[in-house]
Amino acid sequence: MYPLKYHKPAALADAIAALGAGEEAKVLAGGQTLLATMKQHLAAPTDLVDIRGLSLSGISAAGGDVTVGATTTHAEVAASGEVHPAVAVLAAGIGDPLVRNMGTIGGSIANNDPAADYPAAVLGMGATVVTNTREIAADDYFGGLFTTALEEGEIITAVRFPNVERAGYAKFKQPASRFCLVGVFVAKTADGARVAVTGAGEDGVFRHEGLEAALSANWSPEAVEAVTVSPDGLMSDIHGDAEYRANLIKVMARRAVAVS
Amino acid sequence: MTEVTMTVNGRKVRRDVPDETLLSEFLRESLRLTGTHVGCDTTQCGACVVHVNGAAVKSCSALAVALDGAEVTTIEGLAPNGELHPMQKAFNDNHGLQCGFCTPGMIMTSVDMVEKAKAAGKTLTEAEIRHGLEGNICRCTGYHNIVKAVAQAAQEM
Amino acid sequence: MNVGIGARVKRKEDKRFITGKGKYTDDVRVENQAYAAFVRSPHAHAKVKGIDKSAALAMEGVIDVLDGGQLTGDGIGNIICGWAVTSKDGSPMNMGPWSALATDRVRYVGDAVAVVIAESQALARIAAEAVEVEYEVLPAVASAAKALAAGAPQVHDNAPGNLIFDWEIGDAAATDAALAGAAHVTEISLTNNRLSPNPMEPRSAVAIYDAAEEHYTLYTTSQNPHVARLVLSAFYNVAPEHKLRVIAPDVGGGFGSKIYIYPEEITCLWASMKTGHSVKWTGDRAEAFMTDAHGRDHVSTARIGFDANNRITGFKVDTIANFGAYMSLFSSAVPTYLYATLLSGQYDIANIHANVRAVYTNTVPVDAYRGAGRPEACYLVERIMETAARELGVDPAELRRINFIRAFPHQTPVIMNYDIGDFEANLDQAMAAADVAGFAARKAEAAGRGKLRGLGYSSYIEACGIAPSAAVGSLGAGVGLWESAEVRVNPVGTIEILTGSHSHGQGHETTFAQIVAERFGLPIENVAIVHGDTDKVQFGMGTYGSRSGAVGMSAIVKAMDKVEAKVKKIAAHVLEASEDDIVIEGGEVKVAGTDKAMGWHEVGLAAYTAHNLPPEMEPGLKESAFYDPANFTFPAGTYICEVEVDPETGTVEIVQFTASDDFGTIINPMIVEGQVHGGIAQGVGQALLEQVVYDDDAQLITGSFMDYAMPRADDLPSYNVNHASTICPNNPLGMKGCGEAGAIGSPPAVINAITDAIGNNNLAMPATPLAVWKAIQAAG
Repeated sequence: MYPLKYHKPAALADAIAALGAGEEAKVLAGGQTLLATMKQHLAAPTDLVDIRGLSLSGISAAGGDVTVGATTTHAEVAASGEVHPAVAVLAAGIGDPLVRNMGTIGGSIANNDPAADYPAAVLGMGATVVTNTREIAADDYFGGLFTTALEEGEIITAVRFPNVERAGYAKFKQPASRFCLVGVFVAKTADGARVAVTGAGEDGVFRHEGLEAALSANWSPEAVEAVTVSPDGLMSDIHGDAEYRANLIKVMARRAVAVS
Repeated sequence: MTEVTMTVNGRKVRRDVPDETLLSEFLRESLRLTGTHVGCDTTQCGACVVHVNGAAVKSCSALAVALDGAEVTTIEGLAPNGELHPMQKAFNDNHGLQCGFCTPGMIMTSVDMVEKAKAAGKTLTEAEIRHGLEGNICRCTGYHNIVKAVAQAAQEM
Repeated sequence: MNVGIGARVKRKEDKRFITGKGKYTDDVRVENQAYAAFVRSPHAHAKVKGIDKSAALAMEGVIDVLDGGQLTGDGIGNIICGWAVTSKDGSPMNMGPWSALATDRVRYVGDAVAVVIAESQALARIAAEAVEVEYEVLPAVASAAKALAAGAPQVHDNAPGNLIFDWEIGDAAATDAALAGAAHVTEISLTNNRLSPNPMEPRSAVAIYDAAEEHYTLYTTSQNPHVARLVLSAFYNVAPEHKLRVIAPDVGGGFGSKIYIYPEEITCLWASMKTGHSVKWTGDRAEAFMTDAHGRDHVSTARIGFDANNRITGFKVDTIANFGAYMSLFSSAVPTYLYATLLSGQYDIANIHANVRAVYTNTVPVDAYRGAGRPEACYLVERIMETAARELGVDPAELRRINFIRAFPHQTPVIMNYDIGDFEANLDQAMAAADVAGFAARKAEAAGRGKLRGLGYSSYIEACGIAPSAAVGSLGAGVGLWESAEVRVNPVGTIEILTGSHSHGQGHETTFAQIVAERFGLPIENVAIVHGDTDKVQFGMGTYGSRSGAVGMSAIVKAMDKVEAKVKKIAAHVLEASEDDIVIEGGEVKVAGTDKAMGWHEVGLAAYTAHNLPPEMEPGLKESAFYDPANFTFPAGTYICEVEVDPETGTVEIVQFTASDDFGTIINPMIVEGQVHGGIAQGVGQALLEQVVYDDDAQLITGSFMDYAMPRADDLPSYNVNHASTICPNNPLGMKGCGEAGAIGSPPAVINAITDAIGNNNLAMPATPLAVWKAIQAAG
C-alpha cells in the first residue's frame, strides 16, 4: 500500500473537514472493497476518513420506514428483525461471513459496484439515500459503473427503506468472486411493482420496465414467463454473455417473486 | 506513524506503525504472530481470519490503526493454557488439514460459526457448515474432513 | 494402540499447524533483511529498449535496482528444461533462452525485467513502479493452435513456427490400418483447460549471503530442495553446491508448482550477494497467477476403432500442447512420457499412435500440475470411451468391462508395462457403492423436481512412483529419479529418519514414522522425520509424481534393513547367540525361544559405547540407502459421478461422487483418503470451475480469485471413497501412490455425468453454468 494518513473523526463536521483537507481523501467504512483495491495499487488515497466513529451504525423503524445507518454491517442487517426479510436475505448473501462482519451498507452503495447486491435492494425497494446534506431517492442516486449522485465531500449517513407489500431477492453468483452475476430484487409497492437488476447491466444496477409492468398487473412467478428480457445493454464476460444474463434475469425474477 | 494499542490474545500491546499497516501485517510483522497467514490480495481466501471484538474478520482487510483499543484473538491465542480448543482438536481428529496454511483462518472462522450457531440455539447442518466456510479457501483437503471437523467441534464446544 | 501399517494414526505434524506455530518461508526473518519487488512486463511480447532506474534509486530506502544485463554479466545462467525430447525427425527440441531477468525481450505478461531491493516490502513495490522500462510492443499469441498457424508472432527465434518439438509414439501405420478396418470409429475433439495450481501459500524466498564464507542460504517454498540446489548450482551458476544450502521449511501446498526453480529464487540469491543484504521476496496472489507454472492446456483430436464385438482395435491421437513462453523444468516430459504413455488406459489396445506438438506462446510457462500429463490422457481416453458407448448403444460400464486388461504384467504399445491390477474389482466396487442400479429411479425423481440427473464413469490408470533412473535417462531425463534415506538410531534408541522426500501436506512425519515404529516395535513418538534441508539430508529428489511412498519409503525400508542387520549382529554378539535366532519385537531384541533379550535402547547404547562390539564392526548405528525403483507403479480405479443440472441456469450440483481406488498397500487410510478428497476437489475444480483465460492480445484475464474460480466448500460434495487393492510387486511395501489419482480420474467422470444429464456430448471443461446452459440450448 502507498503511505496514507488515517483520520477517525468523532463528529460529522470533522469528517467533512478532513475529506476537504486531504489531497485525495476517501471515506473508509468497512473497507472490504477499498482496502483490497489499495493493496493492489489500484487506488491511492492520501487520506482515509474512517466514519465508524460517527455513530452511524444501527437499525431503527419509524412510521413504516426502516432506517439503516451507513456503517451498519451486512451481518447486522442479516440478523435484523426490523428490515424487510428480503433485505435481510440479501445482506446474508453478500461476500462471506467474514466480509459481512466488516462490510457496510453505506460503503457498498457509495462504491456502487455493478455486481454488488445492495444497489438492487436500495433501488428495488425505492429507498432513500440520506447524506449529510440531503436525501436522494434511489431512482436518482445510482449513476453508471461505480458512479453515484454523491458529490465531493458528501457522506452517506443512512439508507431509509419504505414499507412495501411484498419483496423478494434472488441472486445467481459469479462462480469465482461470489458477487452477483445477476441479482434481481422485486418489490410490490402501493405504486406498483419495482424490479431492480444488479450484476447484469453495462451501466450498473437498473430497473426492468417489462418485468415491472408484468408484475404490476399480476404479482406471480407465472407473470414473468411472458416477459421478454433483451440482452441489449447487458454485460458480457467470461462468466456470462449478455444472452445468458438475460436468461438469468428472468429466472431470478421468477424465483424472487416466488420467495416474496 | 501512529501509536496503536490492542489487546491481542489477552495481552496488551502497543506499537507505532504507519497508518497504512494492515492488521495482518501488524500481527505478523510487528507482533511476530506468524500463525495468521496471507494467501490472496482480494479479500477472498480467508487464511488471515482472526477475531476482532468477538467476530471473525479478514485481517488483511482492516487497518491496524482503525482497531485501536480492540480485542484481537489469533490462532496463537485459541489455546491459552496449552489445552487445545475443541475446534483445534477436531481438525486433528478428522484430518482436517494437510499443508496447514489455510488452517488458522479455517479454524478461526469455524469457531465463530459454531459460537454464533450455539448462541442462536441452532444445530449446524452440513450445508450450513459448507456455506459458512464460503470465505475460506483450502486447496488440499477438498473440504470433506474440514466439514467433519467443524461438525464434531460443534458437538463438543 | 496399533500405529503400524494400516493404522489410522492422527498426524504428528498437526499440532504446530493448528496452533499457529508452523514455520513457512515468509515467517522467516533474518538479520539485515531487505525486500525484493520485481518489475514485470505489462506486455505479452515486447522488446526491452531501455530501463531508467533513476527515480527508483533516488527513493530513500531503496538499496539497489538490478537488471538482466547485470545478472547475465555476472554469469548467472539461463533457466533450463531438464528433460530432452527429440522430434520424430530426429532433431532436438528447440529450447529458447530464459534469463531470470529479461535482457532484450519479454515474452509474457509478468516476465521479470528488473528487481528492486529496498528496506521494506511496501517500499520495494512502490519503487518497482517507478522503474521506467521502454518497450517496443510486438504482436503476441496466447493460443497454441494459433501459434502454429502461418504468420503467427514468433516467440523464440530458434523455434520456427513456434514449434518446440513434433514427437510421436506408437505405430502409425498399424494404427491407421486398425482404424480403417474397424466396424465402428468414434471421433472426439477436446480441450484440456489451462489451470493455475494455486497452493494457498504463495511462493517465497529468503536469500542470505555470507561474504566471509562465500556461502549462500536459501529458504524457499520448494517440493525438492536438493533439486533446487543442484540446478541453482550446476545450471544457473549461483554458487557451487557446497556453498549453497537450500531449506524448504513448512511449505503450504505445492501440487507441482513448487518443483521448479523460478526467476525469483535465482534473483534473490544473486541479489543477496550483490547488495550484501539478506533478500526476501514473497509473491502475492496476482504474482502467483502470472508466474507460477500453469498446468494442462492441451487441444486434442482422437479416433478410436471397435470391432463387431465392441473390442477396441486402434486408438489414434493428435495433441497440441501449449508450453507458454519458456520451457519450464519438466515441461517436455509432461505431454509426452507422462501423457501419451498412458493412452492405453485400462484397456487392451493392440494399436496406439499419438502425435504431440509442443508450442511456444506468449503465456506463463506450463509444467507439471497434480497429475501432469496423466489427467490429460485419462480425460481423452475416458471421454472417448463414454462417447463410443453412447454411439454404440452399449452400457458404458459394459464397454469398459469388455475391453479391460485382465492378465498382468501387460505390455502396452506405448512403453508402459502394467505390473498388476484388477480393474473389474474397482469397477464393481464403485458401482455397488454408487448404487448404479438405483440410478434410473433417482433420475426419474429428479425429473419430477425439474432437474436433469446424469451419471458418468471414469476408469483411470496412472503411472507414478517416478521412476527407474535408467529408463527415464534413456527417454531424455537429465537426472536420476531414485530417492535416498538415512536411519539414525541414537544412543538412547530414539530414531531420526532423514529423507529426501519433502512433505508439504502429505503427512510424511506420520506415515514415515509408522513404518519405522512397526518395523522396530517402537512408540511412534520415538521416531522423528527430518526433511527439507540440504545441510541435514544427504540428498533427495523430492516429492512429486506420487513418489514419496513408493520410492521415498522404499529407501527408508532399505536403510532399515541395514540397521536391522547390524542390530542383530550386535545383539547376537552381546547375548552370545546366533544372528539367525535374533528377533526384534515390542521394543526388544531377543533370542527367539529364550528369555535372553536386550532393550532396543540397550542395543543403541552398545553400538555407540562400542565397549563390546563384534570384531571389525564400526561403532554407531546409522545407515543410509538409495532406492531406485524397478518400474513405475500403476494406481488405478473407477470413479462414478452423479450430477443434477438445473436446466434454467446450467448449474451443476454433484450429488454423489464415488471412488474405488487401487493404491496397493495403504500405510495410513486416513491420510490416503485425504489425498483422494483433495485430488477429487482439484479434478472437480478443473471440470466445473477453473480456467486460466487469456485474451487475444495474451493479456491474462483470470489474474485473481475474482475471476479464477477456486472450488469452495459449498461447491463440493462429501466423497464416498473406497479401496480395492492389489499389492505392487515392485517395491518392498507394495505401495502404488495416491497423491494424484483423484485429480486424474475425476474430470471425465464429471463431464460424462453432465453430458449424460443434458443429452449433449459437446461440452468443454470447465462446465460452468454458462457453458452448460449453452449446451442445453444447443441440444434443443
